[in-house]
Amino acid sequence: MEFKTFVFYFLSAVLILAGLRVITSRNPVHAALYLVLAFVSASGVWMLLQAEFLALALILVYVGAVMVLFLFVVMMLDINLDRLREAFWSYLPLGSIIALMMVFEMGLVLGGNYLGLLESNVPQTSATDSNVQAVGRLMFTEYVYPFELASVILLVGIVAAVALTQREKRKTKLVDPSQQVFVKAKDRVRVLQMPAEKRD
Amino acid sequence: MVAALQGLLQGLFGAAYPLVWTLLKIVLIIAPLLLCVAYLTFWERKVIGWMQVRIGPNRVGPWGLIQPIADGLKLLLKEVVIPTGSDKSVFLLAPMFAFAPALAAWAVVPFNDTLVLANVNASLLYIMSITSIGVYGIILSGWSSNSKYAFLGGMRSAAQMISYEVSMGLALVVVLMVSNSLNLGDIVKSQGQGYFADHGFGLLSWNWLSLLPMFIIYLVSIVAETNRAPFDLAEGESEIVGFHVEYSGMAFAVFFLAEYANMILVSTLASIMFLGGWLSPVGFLPDGLFWLLLKISFVLFIFLWIRATFPRYRYDQIMRLGWKVFIPLCLIWLVVVGCWMMSPLNIWK
Repeated sequence: MEFKTFVFYFLSAVLILAGLRVITSRNPVHAALYLVLAFVSASGVWMLLQAEFLALALILVYVGAVMVLFLFVVMMLDINLDRLREAFWSYLPLGSIIALMMVFEMGLVLGGNYLGLLESNVPQTSATDSNVQAVGRLMFTEYVYPFELASVILLVGIVAAVALTQREKRKTKLVDPSQQVFVKAKDRVRVLQMPAEKRD
Repeated sequence: MVAALQGLLQGLFGAAYPLVWTLLKIVLIIAPLLLCVAYLTFWERKVIGWMQVRIGPNRVGPWGLIQPIADGLKLLLKEVVIPTGSDKSVFLLAPMFAFAPALAAWAVVPFNDTLVLANVNASLLYIMSITSIGVYGIILSGWSSNSKYAFLGGMRSAAQMISYEVSMGLALVVVLMVSNSLNLGDIVKSQGQGYFADHGFGLLSWNWLSLLPMFIIYLVSIVAETNRAPFDLAEGESEIVGFHVEYSGMAFAVFFLAEYANMILVSTLASIMFLGGWLSPVGFLPDGLFWLLLKISFVLFIFLWIRATFPRYRYDQIMRLGWKVFIPLCLIWLVVVGCWMMSPLNIWK
């Protein structure tokens, strides 16, 4: 077996195991950590495909930022596992329908070559042209409108999140630092002159 | 000599030779790095001692030179207390998460024209993504300790690191814009060109001058990113609830080592991105590894100098500086440099 094949199977095995643990582990923080492991192994698989920009961006964005914020939230939640498990059977039919849909969709994507749904045109990578340049060039020429559209949607998301969390003006004790630095001792402390008293 | 050694190893290991050779190179990078980490702690105590008109450690060995070894031995021999009710596996995993990225990032750091472990095209992106993993050490140690103090300390440090990572990243984006490459080696080489470099003053051609605002933002951001004074709320004496309150012995020492290894790493990055890496500052002296080491030492000295000079920031002021000052400044400068590069006055051709 070639070394590359071994690496691929190793990473895939880790990826699948980690993915399974995400949905089976009882502790939500552990589940989030397994998701991190899954992301890192997926990034390794992409690296094998010589898609180094996507692989590194996956780690930078998902592992370095999204999952950290996710952990922030999960750690602060008070999760009662028994209450979550109570409604398991009543939600099962809906959940299984969604799962079947996802399996079907994945089958379409993965089996596309056999079903003849897509003419496979995997972009040929040249050794001289770097991956990042290729992605950047495509993104800002051919796909510039979808790209800008995605950024506007993200911006709307940011504005919506801010608007939802800041409905009413809260009272804060924030002090403007540019005014703070002009404070003098005289403004804060008043020194009184008191005549010394004599003891009898 | 290197060729002879390569031949010997090839004969000895046969098919496994590339693996052994790479491992050997990794050891050759990591071992001096760990020694530097140990002596950086010593150098810090000495420098701050001198700045405060003290002597610093001088008991163990000649001029106190064995002090870091003694400290390490002491921490090795201490018991690692694992709190009851803590998540044991995550508790022990957290220090590794903090330390490993600081070592893994060295894979792509170029030491001179040819001396680099892995010369990959997207090395800057690699460094940014690997160092972004370091925050897990903090957040996991805070959570797994099962202590509210550690948890709050971890939250604060993690929020601080994430905030300053953004301004650090934006400063680096400007650098990669002007050098037109994500490869660290190419970034250094692009700094060796220009009007001043052609006239024998390479010092003035480096990015620190043409991107001075970004250089200053980067310097301040790396201090905040590594949780060092004056942004060292993680271990501030006046607010001692850091993320590692529950750690003892070697587990604590690994966090300590991670902090110093990160300091050396970001100093190296600053030297490569802004101070011309291995390039010589003047035309009549040859380039070489020596210059890179000198620049790293200089940036590290700035770290210590700042620590001995400035009082600690308040937490809300740290966040304000990161989000409301540095990030807008970086974004504006990004546009300014972009326009500059498109104009006829472009100096980075």
